[in-house]
Amino acid sequence: MAVGKVTFTKAEREKLAEVLWLLNWISVVAGMILFGLGLFLKIEIQKWQEVMSDQEILYAPHILITMGLAACGINFLGGKICLDCADTNKFLHWKLVMMPYIICTFFFTSCVLAGALMCYSIRSQLEESLFLGLRNAMRYYKDTDTPGRCYLKRTLDLLQIQFHCCGNTGYRDWFQVQWISDRYLDMTSSAVVDRLRSNVQGKYLVDSVPFSCCSTLSPRPCIQQQISNSSAHFSFDQQSQQLNLWKRGCRQTLLDHYTSIMQSVGLIVLLIWLFELLVLTGVRYLQTAMENVLRLGDPDSESDGWILENSLAETAHSNFNIIKNLGKCYQVDDDLNINIPAATAQQEVPSQQNQIPAAS
Amino acid sequence: MVVMKMKFSFQKRVKLAQGLWLLSWCTTVASAITFTLGCILKMELRRRAEVMDSGNIHVVPNTLMIVGLASLGINYFASKICQDALDAERFPRWKNFLKPYFAASCFFTVLMLLAVIMSYAMKGSLESSLKVGLKNSIRFYKDTDTPGHCYQKQNIDYLQMEFQCCGNSDFRDWFEVQWISNRYLDFSSKEVKDRIKSNVDGRYLIDGVPFSCCNPSSPRPCIQYQLTNNSAHYNYDHQTEELNLYLRGCRETLVSYYTSLMSTIGTGVLSVFLLQGSVLVSLRFLQTAMEAVVGKENTEIETEGYLLEKGVKDTIMDLHQPGRCTVPHICLCSPPSSTLPPQLTSIASDQPVSDPFFSAARSTSSSIPTVTYPRTGSHPVL
Repeated sequence: MAVGKVTFTKAEREKLAEVLWLLNWISVVAGMILFGLGLFLKIEIQKWQEVMSDQEILYAPHILITMGLAACGINFLGGKICLDCADTNKFLHWKLVMMPYIICTFFFTSCVLAGALMCYSIRSQLEESLFLGLRNAMRYYKDTDTPGRCYLKRTLDLLQIQFHCCGNTGYRDWFQVQWISDRYLDMTSSAVVDRLRSNVQGKYLVDSVPFSCCSTLSPRPCIQQQISNSSAHFSFDQQSQQLNLWKRGCRQTLLDHYTSIMQSVGLIVLLIWLFELLVLTGVRYLQTAMENVLRLGDPDSESDGWILENSLAETAHSNFNIIKNLGKCYQVDDDLNINIPAATAQQEVPSQQNQIPAAS
Repeated sequence: MVVMKMKFSFQKRVKLAQGLWLLSWCTTVASAITFTLGCILKMELRRRAEVMDSGNIHVVPNTLMIVGLASLGINYFASKICQDALDAERFPRWKNFLKPYFAASCFFTVLMLLAVIMSYAMKGSLESSLKVGLKNSIRFYKDTDTPGHCYQKQNIDYLQMEFQCCGNSDFRDWFEVQWISNRYLDFSSKEVKDRIKSNVDGRYLIDGVPFSCCNPSSPRPCIQYQLTNNSAHYNYDHQTEELNLYLRGCRETLVSYYTSLMSTIGTGVLSVFLLQGSVLVSLRFLQTAMEAVVGKENTEIETEGYLLEKGVKDTIMDLHQPGRCTVPHICLCSPPSSTLPPQLTSIASDQPVSDPFFSAARSTSSSIPTVTYPRTGSHPVL
């Protein structure tokens, strides 16, 4: 009982081949779009890679780039095959290649789906990665003289300026790290020494933030120092405090930014996956229809095309048996062409009879 | 004295017409690009309109947009004219149109060249406009509660952060204006009162800058206040410190930004100008070459094409006083001497001749228009 059986006349087969040729070329363009999307995603992630702790997020764009290139190749070949498939003579060239090609395309299409799903599932992993990455970036903000960390200050400042955010969860995160390097602290000053002593770890903690946290929407000049002490500044009321610094944390802002990008990319990849699936189905129908035409012998007759020859369960069962038998060694018992041991006993008797007459 | 006379055989005329048709369509695309470039420049100038005092510089993008649109029309008609040029029946329709057409085309082409020259020459005007505009913006930085100036602070902050600049000529411009509003000054404090008294105008001037002047590339946290006081900060020397603030002035940065934008656009428009000029010159040659063929029985003869029938001076004088004949045998006021004898007219009308423009360009025969020699009474009968 074939799955999805459709009968094709000769004209329909030729039409199908033409349509598939066109669709394959459109798929090549879709493959280039996929490649472009992967590249775009990679560049966007690499811009702020320093504030992400693990690099596993780069798997998604790498998969998209590889799939894009594979799509171009597979669909280019598919276009050539479909063009030849309209004619039964030319189909014979491709007959042996078709099945492996279809299996290959099926795996490729599954990988595209995996890539699309990865784009949607990245959120939780990204949040964890950003939390740790931003925490480290803030900790090493002051280490502009340590190799490997010299540019973290600049990156974090530019991040806060561009995305209008401050700190990890909020601006108070800056109160818990020492973001002013010891090189710029006057250790002879009593104020500095007091602050260092008041702290268990000997860190210089202040209730002030870097300049990049300053909000441009504030009507008054930015207040960066002694933020929690509202009496230290003239007329520093509730409203001024609200507008003074950026309120959002950078983790949430970056998460939203990347989630929206990846959702749009994921949507486009899903659409491309559906299109590829359509092309694959068409090629399968064409292959089976052409093979049946060859089996029938008359190139002008009608033939059936299907997705699977037998039902899904039977196909799975037969494939499983094939795979099982691949592993088995060659067994003598199974082969009817070889003489079994009973035949060799009969052969010994004639040789003895031959020897006896010679002796007498 | 004919200007730039050239001989054109029939094949050469056909090739000229075909090449001109292609060239005019390319120039149409180029004119659309010119219009787009004008729009882009205008948008960029409008984005920073708050720090510009006068709108003189806007004449450059406005001219580019006008010229772009006009060129679209010019090239559209050029392609139509050259399509009809090889067709002896359709070409005379354009006779009255061609003179004003060439006049308008020359005017707009010269205007295009003027736009290019202006884009290079208006640098001085832009600089003075920015100087005054930035000075005012910095002065009104603190007036976030005054209608009309509420957004100056935001604009200046964004400008300084985006273009990585500080102040008008440099960061010291901030020392000369009061950029902290009186609303946020504690007038009961001694320090504030001293500062205001030390100043003739009673302004609160400090040696500090807004946070938007801070350079993120600096290795140390940003020093905004008491910039000239070395002892106020540990390990700080204001004369050797280069990375703390942005050192460039916003005027210089904006001028170089707009100058580079306008020179890129100017180079593009110059190439469009050359294309347009070549379209017009080719069209003039085609027109004059085809005019010599009109009325002749054999359209495949060699004719002469020229740019101007008389010399430049005579043509200009002719425009002022039409009808004045200086050279009798090629005067504009004498009737056309080419006529067709009546017996050849009747023979020629029975034989449809295919349009050489399209027969050379296309191989389909279904849409070739047939040409018959005119049998109207416009030609004097011998």
